[in-house]
Amino acid sequence: MSKSSTIHARPLSPHLQVYRLIPTMLMSIVHRITGSALYFGIVLFVAWLAAAAISKEAFEMVNGIYGSWFGRLVLFGFTWALVHHMLGGLRHLVWDTGRGLEKATATKMAKATLAGSIILTVLLWIAGYAVRGGL
Amino acid sequence: MVEITLPKNSKVQQGKIWPKPEGAKNLREYKVYRWSPDDGDNPRVDTYYIDMDDCGPMVLDGLIYIKNKIDPTLTFRRSCREGICGSCAMNIDGTNTLACTKGMDEINASVKIYPLPHMPVVKDLVPDLSVPYAQLSSIEPWLQTVTPEPATEWKQSHEDRTKLDGLYECILCFCCQTSCPSYWWNGERYLGPAVLLQAYRWLIDSRDEATGERLDNLEDPFRLYRCHTIMNCTQACPKGLNPAKAIANIKKMMVERRV
Repeated sequence: MSKSSTIHARPLSPHLQVYRLIPTMLMSIVHRITGSALYFGIVLFVAWLAAAAISKEAFEMVNGIYGSWFGRLVLFGFTWALVHHMLGGLRHLVWDTGRGLEKATATKMAKATLAGSIILTVLLWIAGYAVRGGL
Repeated sequence: MVEITLPKNSKVQQGKIWPKPEGAKNLREYKVYRWSPDDGDNPRVDTYYIDMDDCGPMVLDGLIYIKNKIDPTLTFRRSCREGICGSCAMNIDGTNTLACTKGMDEINASVKIYPLPHMPVVKDLVPDLSVPYAQLSSIEPWLQTVTPEPATEWKQSHEDRTKLDGLYECILCFCCQTSCPSYWWNGERYLGPAVLLQAYRWLIDSRDEATGERLDNLEDPFRLYRCHTIMNCTQACPKGLNPAKAIANIKKMMVERRV
């Protein structure tokens, strides 16, 4: 007889704690985070529309908040989340056709999603300010 | 369910630092996950030093060196030492792969080794793979036919045979299966990349006559559709196969049979 008669409950091996983040995995996580962020972004958008419907004062108040440096930062983040989620969605659409799933291609597409989303967001804001005619 | 942290009994602690081999000039550091069912201790990571002038070049060679010369209690599975049996699948340097085909020269700094992720640990680097094995049997991975058996063999054209390339080579090491976050969170209900690649291997086989039933069995929000194209499976496969593509092809077959 061995002296130990108790079998201890098996531990769960480490997962997220040890797995190296690779581009496709990271972009999958970011796609989810941006997707959730869009819910809150839509609330901001609806608040803006609702304020416009309520009164001139309400609209000016909300516009004032959104126009502050912090408001603009949040809106910039919202734009990025929207663009990133859209590009991620397009990437999934391509994958659903069975294309672009090779190891190297998938990694390139993941990196392109990130780079593309940042570039597009900056371009959108430049275009926005250009239309407005200044800051 | 997504659980980012480990349960209390699974939290990894700092382990023992074993003495360096005497007189060795060319040392390599190994950090290895240890857990024994014989005491009530939490898992820990032990540090070992390997004399590279007295050891082969692969990660598995280092583990065998430790077991033979430093610590005979270190437990791991291994057999063929050439990437065909799939026994020595483990998490090395943050990625699931086979210890026997992973060169130490491919790793910077110390060699960090854990068991396959998010699995119950039997001992040290040995995970309990009963669930994936049961899932594999659930897809009935054998030829199924209704037509009378031919006098000779079931024939297949060269063209149809090539459709099995990239599928039949799977050695069932479960590197992909346990690399998948969807499988981590829903491992009881999602079949996982290795099992779905096997499912596709039989779906696409021109000789198999149970395609409809096989697809029916997979038509389920969890069994098949928990794949969210995270692509860890394809990035991890030590045989260079593409489970993510096989799964995408099953999803396509599901759509095609409906239209």
